[in-house]
Amino acid sequence: MKSQNLVLRIFLGLYLAVFFGYLLGPLIIMGITAFNSPGFPRATPWECLTFEWFDVLANDKRIMNGLKNSLIVGSGTVVLSVALGLAGALMLTQIYPKLRATFYTVVIAPILIPGVVLGISTLVFWDRLNIMLGFSGDSFLHNGIFLTILGQSTFIASYCMLVFLARLQRYDTGLTEAALDLGATNVQAFRKILVPFLMPAIASAAVLAFLASFENYNTTTFTFGKYPTLTIELAQKVRYGINPSISALAFTIVVLTIFAAVVHEVSQRRKQLALANGAPISAVGGSFQLPGFLRGNPAAIVLLVLTVGAVATISFASTYSPEACKVDVREQKRELQKQQIEKIQQQRQQQKLDKALQGPNIFGPDKSKVAPAPGAAPQSPGKGAFGGVFAPGNLDKATPKPESKIESPGKGTFGNVFAPSNLGEPAPEAPK
Amino acid sequence: MSKGVGVNLQDVWIRFGEFVAVREANVDIEGGAFFSFLGPSGCGKTTILRSVSGFLEPSQGKVLIGGNDMAGIGPNKRPTALIFQNLALFPLMKVWENIAFSLEVQGVGTAARRKRADELLEMIALTGQGDKLPSELSGGQKQRVAIARALCAEPDVLLLDEPLSALDLKLRQHMRTELREIQQRVGITFIYITHDQGEALTMSDHVAVMKAGVIDQIADGQTIYDDPSTAFVASFVGENNVFRGKVKSIDGDSALISTNRSGDLISRIPAGAKGKLAVGDDAMMFIRPEALNIAGTKTPANNHITALVLNEEFEGQTFNVFLEGDGGKEMKMSLVNQGKARQSAKGSSLTLEYAADQAVALPAGELASE
Repeated sequence: MKSQNLVLRIFLGLYLAVFFGYLLGPLIIMGITAFNSPGFPRATPWECLTFEWFDVLANDKRIMNGLKNSLIVGSGTVVLSVALGLAGALMLTQIYPKLRATFYTVVIAPILIPGVVLGISTLVFWDRLNIMLGFSGDSFLHNGIFLTILGQSTFIASYCMLVFLARLQRYDTGLTEAALDLGATNVQAFRKILVPFLMPAIASAAVLAFLASFENYNTTTFTFGKYPTLTIELAQKVRYGINPSISALAFTIVVLTIFAAVVHEVSQRRKQLALANGAPISAVGGSFQLPGFLRGNPAAIVLLVLTVGAVATISFASTYSPEACKVDVREQKRELQKQQIEKIQQQRQQQKLDKALQGPNIFGPDKSKVAPAPGAAPQSPGKGAFGGVFAPGNLDKATPKPESKIESPGKGTFGNVFAPSNLGEPAPEAPK
Repeated sequence: MSKGVGVNLQDVWIRFGEFVAVREANVDIEGGAFFSFLGPSGCGKTTILRSVSGFLEPSQGKVLIGGNDMAGIGPNKRPTALIFQNLALFPLMKVWENIAFSLEVQGVGTAARRKRADELLEMIALTGQGDKLPSELSGGQKQRVAIARALCAEPDVLLLDEPLSALDLKLRQHMRTELREIQQRVGITFIYITHDQGEALTMSDHVAVMKAGVIDQIADGQTIYDDPSTAFVASFVGENNVFRGKVKSIDGDSALISTNRSGDLISRIPAGAKGKLAVGDDAMMFIRPEALNIAGTKTPANNHITALVLNEEFEGQTFNVFLEGDGGKEMKMSLVNQGKARQSAKGSSLTLEYAADQAVALPAGELASE
């Protein structure tokens, strides 16, 4: 039994490792690339710890503009979707039972319709309406933010409605009746009784709506007009190649998410702890009094560690300069390059000697021409006796990063990986 | 002390589609009275209450409060306050905010509201508990908060929809007296809904007994118990032994009923059934368990019943004997425990007697299901 248990445990551990690796692995790798210095996001080989990608990110006007648009669209979508969702849910709980199923199908349909269709239909509908009303081409009906908010809200409102429905099912309509009976108007009963009861649902619906809006691409891509959101900007960037500033952005978002989740968890645990210790419910909540409950609250400790870590990282980043490290790496690479080039030169000479001993060869003259100018070597890879493994062109491909750093560290989105000057640079050294 | 405002139901019918929930209700409730509607669940008593509080409009007839027709006036405009069966305290508001809610919606300032709430908290003996949430209170405390909240609205009529049904027995008995005291103190009209006859009888000035949407009898508690006007009331309120038969003869207030299994028995015709019984009619005769006693002689008489003892039960203050009764039902006799050792009569025949005016004869009708 015991050995069986052990095997089971091992398998369980393995499964968990694979499972979490699958879930979190990409995030971790991405997080690492945000701090690695190469111009193309990668975790290995680790070169230099750098925070420059956060600078690059902060100075990227398009990303920042996209972020701003995303926030505007997100806020608009939250307001519209929560309002529509609440209205739909209230309607659904009060409508005649016979109509309920039909109404439910109608309001839930947008979730089932592909976002692309919603995007196109939003665009076409408001365009038609614009023409019918005889407005100009740049009226608000053609405004990208307006259209995006409307387009996203069509289905996000349905999500919100589901959240409200779940909460409303637990609502005792007797409470509204009690309020009316005590002299409240319908508006007062709604505002003072129903809305406070729905507050948790409103908060979850708002978060859900914001996240759904923030990450939406397929509807937005039809409606954004002159106001590209973050997802649109990222997609366009990826099309032309990316640099680790994207990783830096993703890392920031992940960290903020974890931070928010931990803060939430801390407050929940604090409440539970207080309740378990006999504190009255009415005394729990309100002011932030973390230290008193720090003991026995792992989430609070995690929060503290996270906060300290963040502060330390930021202060470290503001003083730390990766330049020395970069120069080192560059030097190392140059050394390596030099050694390899020398090795190749020796080998070439050996070859020449060999060939001279063997007599005239049809490829001979070509070889002698190529040797002094490795930059042109890719024209004849694989022709040499060594299969082109040590062809100068290959070397150039492997070593361009330090070269690009010399000229414009952190400047290029594309890292200047294949800039012609990279190929040319080693050439002058080769003849030595 | 205000005199209180009367409530009148004039020929009220309430229908839900085909279903008639309340049929021809005519009730006059005096101002300042404690009035109960008593009936099994589903008899339409809550429906009547909702029509008084304004959540329902009668399909036909009028609801008058203080002589004013309430048609078209919403619940928030009526001088009534309802205490719900589940109390419906606002779970997210503190106790004092709950109590002062009716002031809050009138726009009264926080300090004044708090002051009024504290006064009421004192009245319901919950001083200092105002800052708790309702969920932190016990059942009886919640009950009292609900009453205070309703009273804070200073209603002319307080409507209570089975407010004690969720409480345990001890608390229920305690709250009965408390409710009665509060009612006498504030002097407003209480309309109380219950299926518990004990509650109705102990607290009320008048009780209306309802059956399937129809009000069978309206009278004070003792009249309901002693002089039921229908077979349903007789069987629903308190325990009763029923004897089916036909009217053999009528002599003024008393009637001789020839019962199916116990021969001719003498009984009294209560005021509510006068003129409804004629010789030859199907009738039912009711005798309370405590009205039965062991007969001194075994000579047959028209107030003697002979039956087989099926079971005996000692209950402390009473000693219950179950005998073979009419229509397959057991007949129950309750004897007061006088501290003497009793001999078991199980399995043997006993002759019982009763005083003629303790048995009531009523026209045959539907009995309460229990």
